[in-house]
Amino acid sequence: MNATSNSTGTPQVETQAIRDIIIQHGRLPGGGAHLTDETDLYGAGLTSLATVGVMLALEEHFDIEFPESKLNRATFRSVSALATLITELVG
Amino acid sequence: MSQLTAVMQDAPPDFDDVLRQVHALGRDVLAIHAGDVDRDARFPAASIAALKEAKLLSAYVPREYGGMGLDIVQIARICEGLGQYCGSSAMIYAMHCIQVACVVHHGQQSAYFRDYLRQLVDEQRLMASATTEIGTGGDLRSSICAVEVQGDTFSLTKKAPVISYGEYSDEILVTCRRSPEAPANEQVQVMIRRGEYEAVPLSNWDTLGFRGTCSSGFTVTAHGHTDQILPTGFDEILSQTMHPYSHLVWGALWSGIAADAVNRARAFVRQEARKTPGVLPPGASRLADVNQLLQEMRHNVYSLAREYLALLTSECPEAFNGFGFSIRTNNLKLSCSKRIVDVVSETMLICGISGYRNDSKFSLSRQLRDAYGAAIMVNNDRISKLNATMLLAHKEEY
Repeated sequence: MNATSNSTGTPQVETQAIRDIIIQHGRLPGGGAHLTDETDLYGAGLTSLATVGVMLALEEHFDIEFPESKLNRATFRSVSALATLITELVG
Repeated sequence: MSQLTAVMQDAPPDFDDVLRQVHALGRDVLAIHAGDVDRDARFPAASIAALKEAKLLSAYVPREYGGMGLDIVQIARICEGLGQYCGSSAMIYAMHCIQVACVVHHGQQSAYFRDYLRQLVDEQRLMASATTEIGTGGDLRSSICAVEVQGDTFSLTKKAPVISYGEYSDEILVTCRRSPEAPANEQVQVMIRRGEYEAVPLSNWDTLGFRGTCSSGFTVTAHGHTDQILPTGFDEILSQTMHPYSHLVWGALWSGIAADAVNRARAFVRQEARKTPGVLPPGASRLADVNQLLQEMRHNVYSLAREYLALLTSECPEAFNGFGFSIRTNNLKLSCSKRIVDVVSETMLICGISGYRNDSKFSLSRQLRDAYGAAIMVNNDRISKLNATMLLAHKEEY
């Protein structure tokens, strides 16, 4: 498994797992195969109701719990935004 | 014109006067026809004409366009008032106000819709809605049909399972996909105009209650100018306006129907009490209980109405992005739709055979039958599931 470090030297979580969960639970029209780390997920058709399923699957996979304060649009804006938060919660 | 006259002409309508007028219309017109409207499942033409004469169709239109400029709390009071006389008329009025609100909240940046609001005031135009679609169940956030734009004109075809009072309306706000290539949840609302669309009937409206709403199904084929497409996306219109506004005006009119039932029960108990002064008649305790239920119902409506009004006046559209307000709005609908049945059932027990008869002055037949419509106009089970999902990601701070 590839782990790239961010500027503080903490390993960044694998974004492929996040992408897979979004494809499986995000109910994006067109599936989501072409998502990049920076793709605007809401622009790709992610609805706020669908974020609930994505959130639960991410919590289960990474064994984390999203704090209330982070359950907002900014967190789910992109794969990269999710990866940043999850890295923080895992570490 | 003196300065004082000018000031008085600019003064907003006295809402107490408006409400008195609503009750006068209710007694003198709506109540007279409510029985026929219900029995024959016919459109309450005389009642709606009376509302037009009182300029009530433009009650929510801002005063700069000639409307009354009332707010959601006041509109809810009017719906509750009308509900006490005729549930179908109140429902038609409430649904009209929802569409007006969509234009008022989301259309004013367009010169076309600003002109439309003036026309609505002058001519008291009646607006209807074609939100649901055959093939999508009750899921409002999904459309199959799409608006097709060529240059500055559009064409649109929709199979709508219900368009309440569609045949009697002047304009219909139709929900559809933004374009034939757009995904199901990328939607807009298009205002189609009388004379510019054809409607082929798909289904009749012969129901237990709300019989006068004439909510037949139609295949609608329309064309018009692209100016008629509301500039804001439907997801915003739904979360900021259609969803909260609908549940509030419905909750209010359902409270009105419940209040009518309680008034009849009270009149019945009073009639019995006269025969035995000093001794409470059998239904009296039950009347006290049902009066308590009615208070809960009403306070629920106005508490959320005030919260919504505060959100609107704060001009913070982000407040509608979270799940909290949506959950509370859904809870209002779930609560009121169950309570209206509870209240009317209790009043039936109080009035007994007099309430059970169709031909008595205490008859509760129409009220009971209308009451059962509340839980299924958007099925409560669907709404409960939505709240259950949202609650997984939202924790209320008390």
